[in-house]
Amino acid sequence: MSSGAPAASGLAAAGTPPSAPSARYDLGVRLRANSEYVAIPVFALLMAAALFAVFLLAIGKSPIEFVNYVWRGGFGTAFSLQNTLQRSSPLILTALAVAIPARIGLIMIGGEGALVLGGFAAAAIAVPMVGVVPPIVTIPVMVAAAVLVGAMWVGIAGYLRYARGVNETISSLLLTYIGIAIMNFFVEGVMRDASNPNKPSTKPIGDAYMVGYIPGTEVHWGFPVGVLLSVALYILMTRTTFGFAARVTGGNFRAALAQGLPVGRLIVGCAMIAGGCAGLAGYFEVAAIQGRANASLAAGYGFTGILVSFLARHNPVVIIPVAIMFGGLVASGGLIQRRMGMPDATVLVLQGLIFVVLLTSETLYGRFAIFRAGDAKERT
Amino acid sequence: MNAGVVTVLIAMLGGAIRVSTPFMFVAVGECLTEKSGRVNLGLEGTLVLGAMVAYAISYHTGSPWAGVLAAGIAGSALGAMHGSICSLPRVNDVAVGIAMMLFGTGVAFFFGKPYIQPTAPRLTSIPFGGFSDDLNLRSALDINPLFFVGIAVAVIMAWAFANTRWGLIVRTVGDSAPAARAMGISVDLVRFLSTTVGGFLAGVGGAFLSLSYPGSWNQGLSSGQGLMAVALVIFARWSPLRCVLAALLFGAAGALGPALQSVGVTQGYYFFNAAPYILTLALMIASSSATRSARDMPGELSMAK
Repeated sequence: MSSGAPAASGLAAAGTPPSAPSARYDLGVRLRANSEYVAIPVFALLMAAALFAVFLLAIGKSPIEFVNYVWRGGFGTAFSLQNTLQRSSPLILTALAVAIPARIGLIMIGGEGALVLGGFAAAAIAVPMVGVVPPIVTIPVMVAAAVLVGAMWVGIAGYLRYARGVNETISSLLLTYIGIAIMNFFVEGVMRDASNPNKPSTKPIGDAYMVGYIPGTEVHWGFPVGVLLSVALYILMTRTTFGFAARVTGGNFRAALAQGLPVGRLIVGCAMIAGGCAGLAGYFEVAAIQGRANASLAAGYGFTGILVSFLARHNPVVIIPVAIMFGGLVASGGLIQRRMGMPDATVLVLQGLIFVVLLTSETLYGRFAIFRAGDAKERT
Repeated sequence: MNAGVVTVLIAMLGGAIRVSTPFMFVAVGECLTEKSGRVNLGLEGTLVLGAMVAYAISYHTGSPWAGVLAAGIAGSALGAMHGSICSLPRVNDVAVGIAMMLFGTGVAFFFGKPYIQPTAPRLTSIPFGGFSDDLNLRSALDINPLFFVGIAVAVIMAWAFANTRWGLIVRTVGDSAPAARAMGISVDLVRFLSTTVGGFLAGVGGAFLSLSYPGSWNQGLSSGQGLMAVALVIFARWSPLRCVLAALLFGAAGALGPALQSVGVTQGYYFFNAAPYILTLALMIASSSATRSARDMPGELSMAK
């Protein structure tokens, strides 16, 4: 796909001889070339914000008030900032679920399904252990269950892509719907907590199995885990043989085949990493927020994660700040709804608008000489 | 037990007719778009927006057919957006489709909130079951005119692909953009129009959802039906007529859950709700191959490369 460009520029830089002057020269060129990948998405964000402001004015709302509430609801106070970090945790993980396959040239959007099934698996395995097995045993088992189920789920889409040529975008989204249906099947049926008449849920996993907060804050451990995982996956994709092979496969599938790279294992591997990340997000939603598995797991984090990853240009480290930004937007949704009398879908409209404008801005790459001046090894 | 099976079969027949209509419109619209060499994954959003607009306009004007038209116009607006954005160089049509899906759904939920409660006038069905005393059969044969409109559109489109200059132009653009350019055809314009018309049809499909069956507007109205219809086009190998047949098959699969529920089989209701998705995936697996691109696939599709 076309947005594999950062990988391509990374390859070009890796191929230059390591003499000191040329390395310095390269650094300047790389900074210039890479600033394009910052400037254009930022420009797209501003354009989307401007369009959204026009939209708000058209329906008689104040954009300034909107910005004010996003600030207050998402970042302004210690409470709202912690809420934002809390919500950015599943966004980081589901964005990774898009970014890793994107590196190998696949557009996979099955994060929501892996999140739901991962969370469900964690709850399902914990409930029979309540009061019997000590948390020190159960918590790793829950994490493993969530990660494995998520990895298997998206892994299916990867395998089908490699072995049967099934379009991975469609299959991963279909698997999301199937995953949600499977969870509903169990939660409304055999695993339903009969003592909870309001909302079909599994039995609670109990306080002992909850992961709790980082001391001194109200941010659960999912956030630092997401940050660490982002860094780890960045290193995996840019500094290891696996990552290099995956990027080669994404850049030129036939060349990778001709080189004898294990293309199938790479594709399934990337899909499974993706699913594992999303499954982990599901684990934290269950073990840090909900305390049980129910339909609230399908809250749309998987879909917002798609946007986060595209905006971060599928760079695992850049995902962190972008996820925090959107975490703030999601966190302020309730405040906007109450104070401005706007539907909860307002955030969806803004996200959709950003996404559309962002993809439109793809056409701007390579059009501005300022990013290329002095660059002899111009990208094609 | 035997009577139960008959009831289920009749309910599935009725379901096949009712449930298939939105699939049919989306699939036939997407068939046109893909024939021109572009994929619009955003038709899920178009379907939802069409459903919302149709319901709202029908509520305000009192005329459901005005709602259908408005849904088509809303759908073409989204299609035109997709078509024009994808005309720009280096823009990925699959990714734009995902964005349009989220955008269309978001806009529909935003403006649709006030219309969840009120009741809008629905499209009236034509009763074909008058000959029978069986209530189940009569309700199964209450067929919405849009069902026939959808079949007519598919037949006309199939005929046009094979026999008209317009059909030839769309097929050429879809199979080989360089050849089309050499013929002096504006590839971007043809794709823009194909996506816009495809969006119109998907919008009308959405109108069927909210104005006929299930016949109300809410946020869970279409969970993935637009997406399944897009997948169905691959299975139907880019033929409008086969799209109709595939839509009927899907309708029957989608009706399985409610049909079983109507005879008291509630066990596994959610599992049967998953049946259409699983069937779609199975059909995609069956009709794809790792080594060659699908038969009859337009050569310009990004999926083909």
